Amino acid sequence: MEATVTPCLDEGRHVNNVVLSSGCVLALLRWVSSFHGSLFPHLTVSRILGFNIGMILINAFVFLLSDCVVRAFSWHPHADKFAVALLDDSIKIYNPKSATTPTLKHRLQRSIAAVQWKPLCASALAVACQNCLLVWHVDPCSLSTRPSSGCAQVLSQPGHSPVTSIAWCPSGSLLVSSSPVDTAMIVWDVAAESGVPLQRVGGGGVTFLSWSPDGSHILASTPSALFRVWETRMWTCERWPCVKGRCQSGCWSPDGSRLLFTVQSETVIYSLTFTDIPGVTTSTSRGPQAAAVVADLSETAFSTPDGDIIVGGEIQSMAWDLRGERLAVLLKGDSNAADRPAIIAVFKTRASPIFELLPCGFVQGEPGAEPRLMQFHPNFRDGALLTVCWSNGKITHVPFYFLSASFPQLSFVGKPSPPRLQDGAADFTNQSLFTELIS
Amino acid sequence: QCMTSNISNLGLWESLSACEVCADGNALFHSQVVCWRAVASIAWSVLLLPPTTAVFTFFSKFSFLHPIQTISECISLMTSASAIFSLILVLKDLILSLFSVIPTIACSKIALLAQLLHPRQLVNSLLHCIMGVIVAWCCGVTMGFRYESLGYPCPQSDGLPLMCLNEYQLILLLLGAFVGFSHSLLGVMHNFNYISFHTVQQYKYHRFKGALPLVARCSVTQALYSVRNFVVLYFFLGHVPRAWICQTLNLQLNRSALDSISGLLDFTLLYHLWISATFFLFLWYITLLLFRIFVTEVHSFPVQSSFTDDTPQCLPTVLAEKQPMILKFLALQDLALLSQHSLARRCEVFSLSQPGGHAHNWNAISKECLSLLADLTQRLQAYHDTIATNGRTKSLSSGSERKSSSETSGIFTNNVDLRSLVGEPLTAPFTPDLVSPFASPALRRLATVVDPGSPWYGTVQSPHIMRRGPKLWSTSTGDQSTFLEKLGSYFFKTKTFFFLCVTQVKNFLSKRVLVTYLFNKLPEASSQALFADSQAHIWALEGLSYLVQASFSEDHFGVVQTTLPSILSSMLLLQEAVDRHFKLPHASSKPSRSTSSMEESTYKTLRFALRATLKTAIYRITTTFGDHLKAVQISAEHRKRLQQFLEYKE
Repeated sequence: MEATVTPCLDEGRHVNNVVLSSGCVLALLRWVSSFHGSLFPHLTVSRILGFNIGMILINAFVFLLSDCVVRAFSWHPHADKFAVALLDDSIKIYNPKSATTPTLKHRLQRSIAAVQWKPLCASALAVACQNCLLVWHVDPCSLSTRPSSGCAQVLSQPGHSPVTSIAWCPSGSLLVSSSPVDTAMIVWDVAAESGVPLQRVGGGGVTFLSWSPDGSHILASTPSALFRVWETRMWTCERWPCVKGRCQSGCWSPDGSRLLFTVQSETVIYSLTFTDIPGVTTSTSRGPQAAAVVADLSETAFSTPDGDIIVGGEIQSMAWDLRGERLAVLLKGDSNAADRPAIIAVFKTRASPIFELLPCGFVQGEPGAEPRLMQFHPNFRDGALLTVCWSNGKITHVPFYFLSASFPQLSFVGKPSPPRLQDGAADFTNQSLFTELIS
Repeated sequence: QCMTSNISNLGLWESLSACEVCADGNALFHSQVVCWRAVASIAWSVLLLPPTTAVFTFFSKFSFLHPIQTISECISLMTSASAIFSLILVLKDLILSLFSVIPTIACSKIALLAQLLHPRQLVNSLLHCIMGVIVAWCCGVTMGFRYESLGYPCPQSDGLPLMCLNEYQLILLLLGAFVGFSHSLLGVMHNFNYISFHTVQQYKYHRFKGALPLVARCSVTQALYSVRNFVVLYFFLGHVPRAWICQTLNLQLNRSALDSISGLLDFTLLYHLWISATFFLFLWYITLLLFRIFVTEVHSFPVQSSFTDDTPQCLPTVLAEKQPMILKFLALQDLALLSQHSLARRCEVFSLSQPGGHAHNWNAISKECLSLLADLTQRLQAYHDTIATNGRTKSLSSGSERKSSSETSGIFTNNVDLRSLVGEPLTAPFTPDLVSPFASPALRRLATVVDPGSPWYGTVQSPHIMRRGPKLWSTSTGDQSTFLEKLGSYFFKTKTFFFLCVTQVKNFLSKRVLVTYLFNKLPEASSQALFADSQAHIWALEGLSYLVQASFSEDHFGVVQTTLPSILSSMLLLQEAVDRHFKLPHASSKPSRSTSSMEESTYKTLRFALRATLKTAIYRITTTFGDHLKAVQISAEHRKRLQQFLEYKE
């Protein structure tokens, strides 16, 4: 039953009995809602139902993540600054080159689920809130610490709330938003404040969005065992039904040709490849017929100085750095068992000549702290920089220094050479976990 | 000041008339692209008629007690009704020739009034009324029951059979006329004839499917409002047309009149009126929607052709042409898309001619895009200069006025200062003060003295309105046009005469509140008018920036490098002009969003879209080239500006 409950419910390991018992009710409601939403998306019934579920979900989300101060995190795609959404519904923008730390607060900015900077722009930050979508315009040269709420554009459409996932087009012109209770995802032209709803039957809502770095595809997963891959030229989609559960998370290779995704209650990483034939529209080029398993992360015991720990199991999220050299996988672990911590496994990846995943090491936090959010710095010159938000409210940067295959001209004079991992680095460099043969 | 003067409003008429004049290859090509689309959209709306009629018949005839009878009746009626309706739709689509890709923006109430009273618009409204009556008659016939005919035999007391008036049908026909008329009026006020292009490309079926609920919702609510207004109107004025009809057709009035509260509170009647209004609004909106979808569909122009016969169809040629506007827009849209998505076609753009080795394609495309940008920059600068000079003269006059009227409140004086600085005439917020009888005489004098005194007064409003006259006549052809031309020139003369009169009695009229109200400029309108055709500039910016970005890795001959300095400087100049424009009052105020209407409000936000696209375009180039841009030859000022972009500080 929990399989059909929301992503938010799965995030917490402190799932108490109250939530578990309500899980069944929620699942039933969700099923009815998705059915209604698919067939008659404009019926008031489904909207009312959806609204109720949304409220419950948001409350559950707030309740379960109450131990984590950081709600959302986003690096700016070009400049060295990042935005952090905190539990008190404020957003802080940190910039090492500036003394001021602007704090963004808005009347409508409640229950923030995601933040993302607009690409090819210095100032715009999109925020997914409970009832609307806010786009802040924070002047990078301004010295004000509290930008007025007049700097924020409010984008909302009836029936499209709570907004839980957003994605900017890498070319910076469009913004896609989705809600788990709305069957339509909306493509916004932010400057004109106009939104085009894209609706397809089935699935009942969109829980997770990821735009490929080359801008050609979008992954949109639904709360049921189905996800879609949209191509962004004519906005058509491919349906990908999963066998076991819903698509939990996904990430794209830098050239947008490969999608890695995980399915709830499975311990493997799947891969899909998309090839674009030049000159032919994307919709006509055929994608793959089935996903291939590229990594099996089932539970394995490791001995550490502190004792044996078991690593593996369900995957919560994944992040791939923008050069396609490092893949971070957040393993959920079990918070009740001391020997099964939530941990981040890092892999080396290589796309050519064949796709390879090589284990690189683990990232673990302070005792008791669990990783919640992670993101790679979009343009770290000396390798890859993984930023992790921990459950105790700390944000750490984990640098990986390496000689990039795609940027061989980079010099490494005076840089710390060995890859520094925080704890428990295991050396598996020579063992290839997965090797795909060119067919 | 309204600057729409250099924006041509030539719509699809030219392209449609090209269907008939297929003399040269160029016209043939136009007809292929645009006419085919118009015809296809009409065909589809005719095809969609039977299901729509079925739904209408079902709703009008539905009875809970006899479901099977309802269905059988519906089917038999549908077949006959559809034939009639299709005729009407074809008629309706003749009006499509008035469509345009650039909106007409009225800068003041009087301009809007002139639009509404324009002979073309009057003819249009009349056509809509007639069509409304015909559709209403068809609806009446379809519904049967008591709406079938205008007269019915009624026995008199002396036994002689007489024809009596069936007021139910009359009320339905009048509703048809009313809805037709209000539809055409709303069409002018909300720019129904404006066709906007979407940023999200979708297949026609998906676009249609996505817009269908909106169309249904709009027609239902609009019908509700129309019926409400009509019922109120009929309650007060219903006896006039009724008496006229009775007199003309020699009919008797038998039943108690319907224009009473009890007569109009007949819920079956109201329901039938509402259903009929919904039905024909839905038909019209569907036609409109289909036409918009078909016309804005992407057309892929070849970048170059090996045959000289096909040269008029190639992208650089079509881009450089001024008319028809719709083809130019389609070409720019295609340019923006090819630069973004198609590697093979980009390569054609960067390729060199064989033999000769000239980059003809790139040169033609970049030249056209740059001239578009330069045109906008120039327009913005001219607008700004006009405002600056007006501000100076005005501030003097209003300053002296202020001395004489020392009793005005401080707040108001401040407002005057602000207003005179930007050279705007009295804006709407002040009008209510003037309307109220309690406003001080000084305030009134102050308010009215600004407009008529300046020479600016006549020149601002009149070009906008007078331009309308000759421009529109040039669009029509054939026998009808000569008549229309005569009518037009007559009207034009009257209008000039009218304006002469206005200048003479200006001082007298300016004391009147209504006149000030009418001649007040609508806030934002001038800004909207300036950016009315900015969709073209947006595509030009996107096309250029994507091509420059792609040239970093795909341009093997370096053809883009030669134009890079001019591209950068023209973008930066435009950025400067746009920034300056947005500092003006009303320029950055957001219009209210209307989601539940068929109104295309995209043109209201085009200036914001342009600003965002411009910034993104410059960032796209700076991010791609990075420090290499330091080697590009540009002026020191622009280099400084570019450095800001390189450091992400804009």
